[in-house]
Amino acid sequence: MTDATLNTGGDRPGSSLATQDARTKRRNRAEARFKAYGLTAILIGIFFLVVLAVSIIRSGSPAFTRTIVGVEFTITQPQIEAAEGELFKTKAYQTLFIDALKQQLDARGMEMEFDEESIERLLGKVGSTLREYYQANPGEIGTPVSFELAASSRVDGYLNGRLTRDSVKDSRFLMAADLDLVDALQEAGIVRSSLNWTFITGADSGVDNPGGAGIGASVVGSFFMMLVVLVLSLPIGVAASIYLEEFAPQNRFTDLIEVNISNLAAVPSIVFGILGLAVFIQFAHLPQSAPLVGGLVLTLMTLPTIIISTRASLRAVPPSIRDAALGVGASKMQSVFHHVLPLAMPGILTGTIIGLAQALGETAPLLLIGMVGFVARGYPDGVVSGFMDPNSAMPAQIYTWAARADPSFYEKAWGGIIVLLVFLLTMNIIAIILRRRFERRW
Amino acid sequence: MSLLKTTVSAAALAGLAAGSAAARDNVQVAGSSTVLPYASIVAELFGDNTDFPTPVVESGGSSSGLKRFCEGVGENTIDVANASRAIREKEIKACAENGVTDIIEVRIGYDGIVFASQQSGPAFTEFQPADIFNAIGAQVLKDGEIVANPHNSWTEFNSDLPDAEIAMFIPGTKHGTREVFEDKVLLKGCEDTGAMKAMMDGGMSEDDAEDACLDVRADGKSVDIDGDYTETLARIDANTNGIGVFGLAFYENNTDKLKVATMGGVAPSTETIASGEYPVSRPLYFYVKKAHIGVIPGLKEYAQFFVADEIAGPGGPLSNYGLVADPELGDVQAAVANEKVMGGGS
Repeated sequence: MTDATLNTGGDRPGSSLATQDARTKRRNRAEARFKAYGLTAILIGIFFLVVLAVSIIRSGSPAFTRTIVGVEFTITQPQIEAAEGELFKTKAYQTLFIDALKQQLDARGMEMEFDEESIERLLGKVGSTLREYYQANPGEIGTPVSFELAASSRVDGYLNGRLTRDSVKDSRFLMAADLDLVDALQEAGIVRSSLNWTFITGADSGVDNPGGAGIGASVVGSFFMMLVVLVLSLPIGVAASIYLEEFAPQNRFTDLIEVNISNLAAVPSIVFGILGLAVFIQFAHLPQSAPLVGGLVLTLMTLPTIIISTRASLRAVPPSIRDAALGVGASKMQSVFHHVLPLAMPGILTGTIIGLAQALGETAPLLLIGMVGFVARGYPDGVVSGFMDPNSAMPAQIYTWAARADPSFYEKAWGGIIVLLVFLLTMNIIAIILRRRFERRW
Repeated sequence: MSLLKTTVSAAALAGLAAGSAAARDNVQVAGSSTVLPYASIVAELFGDNTDFPTPVVESGGSSSGLKRFCEGVGENTIDVANASRAIREKEIKACAENGVTDIIEVRIGYDGIVFASQQSGPAFTEFQPADIFNAIGAQVLKDGEIVANPHNSWTEFNSDLPDAEIAMFIPGTKHGTREVFEDKVLLKGCEDTGAMKAMMDGGMSEDDAEDACLDVRADGKSVDIDGDYTETLARIDANTNGIGVFGLAFYENNTDKLKVATMGGVAPSTETIASGEYPVSRPLYFYVKKAHIGVIPGLKEYAQFFVADEIAGPGGPLSNYGLVADPELGDVQAAVANEKVMGGGS
């Protein structure tokens, strides 16, 4: 080997490249260790992600099914008139339904003892469903209609395994003896599980009525909010970035603006909520709890994100494109709008969608403008009502549910998280597809 | 150019917002998180049973609700403040300064405060106010002297209690519940143990001694919970020795997880609270701005619906959820019907 002769230093013995000396081994070991660290970090990350996903899906899936009581029910005109004459009309409907169900069960000849009260404990708040149905379909009065009505949250918990026979303590919500009736009714096919459409399409409900709670109305609220954010923050953000990046002179003033934009991006979102309360509600007298105000507040929060990502993607367009446009006689504005902006568009859209996704998941600023709490107006009547009438938003709805006493609402909160995650995932996937499709590299 | 179009539509939207910033058609409520569940039940039923839109009920605590209530009169202020305690003189004054002068006080019923621990934890089944005070007071009476609280275990001051480490989760200071807890438990315990007398003998004035009685030890044995009862429940779930302070309704919804203790020998229930036997209970209120009645559609109807026999009376949905019905509900109904304001006027 000729390289042996190169080693004239003395203390380092001559050797082949193939045989590793201690130093090389040490370096190789360091590299292997580093790779192992990296792999461990990724594995830990994946582990937590899986744990999170599994626990979300496990806790949230019961929200998408519900226990229903399916029976035929007939109401007569005098009964309706009597019920409508009361102050607490839905209660009157509920009582009528309970009596009818009791008669049907008596006719079937059930083995166990039961009375109206035990049936009441098994049922959810069905009165409002019945009243709504008959107000919408007055033609059905007097004819038998087969209803599928929500069972109480306790029965629901018993069938989906949250409550076991041992953990049931007699209370006015559920007696241990009621479970025998539930079992018998389940066998008879009267009580069964079904997909919970109310959860997907409904609005919030009172704390004693988990069966009537749904996330649909707050999805609509979030949608109108995001519309405001999109319509306001995209043009303002893009116009501001184009000016700052392409037209503005470099001086201390623009430097100051730049620093401030970066700072704004790091401001905690609750601060924007306080600002929104002071400016939009107390000063501008916009309505409380309205998606319009929510959207305006979230716009403030999203603007810096959009400006920063738009400027980055404008900067990524090579100067040669601008030079070429200017070289063939385009004005500065033509070069920006005909050449630079279209090329920067995929990056701008990605930034916008990610900014929107961030805004979609934001609760803190909504807390102060009245969108967190019990907001159950249902669906808006039109576009104006969509912006101006009180509504909740998805994260606010989840937050509200998580704080309620009935454990059934806890499931609903997890179910809401699943719905929210589906929306976030969809938005991120759209962002990725847009980038993949239209991005150009130089 | 599409950019121009979006800008124009944005401007149009802003114009629309400015133009229609009038005529709120729903009742706006905020305040106590203890009253929130009841208010949400009523709000839903009110929307279902009348032609008015469902009121919006926000949470945030009694104090913050009353503060917003007192911000002034007008559509951008709330109409009703929920409170788990009576309004204070100071707050009435603050209200008056902002033009909120005619306030209707509505008492909706009573709420019990219970002490509960994990179902599988040590047998915490009987408490006296003195036990709670000895466990978490900042200064307690030990061997005839006032000392900084030395107790680590419940047996150290009451051999009937389990030998378990002290860990209490009590409502934070922004909750109305804290006030009742201080008045009915800490202060009572302070008097019962003789600590208050010893403090006054030691040269403190009565007011100072009372304040000292309400001081809670800050060494981590007592934890203030500023969130909801669900947070307290989560803490209890994670701590076998933990004892939490809950509302009766919350406990009754979670009997499979929680074990309740008697206080002064009485088990909490709607009956014992209604009769006044159970010592730790308090009235719940909401306050209505009279100036908004007739301006905000459905405001008076909401207040009347809330306290109607069918709703707030025994057997109604509120008492089913855990509210203890007010024995003098008839007087409350009359006061609401006549729009009787606080401070004597009519």
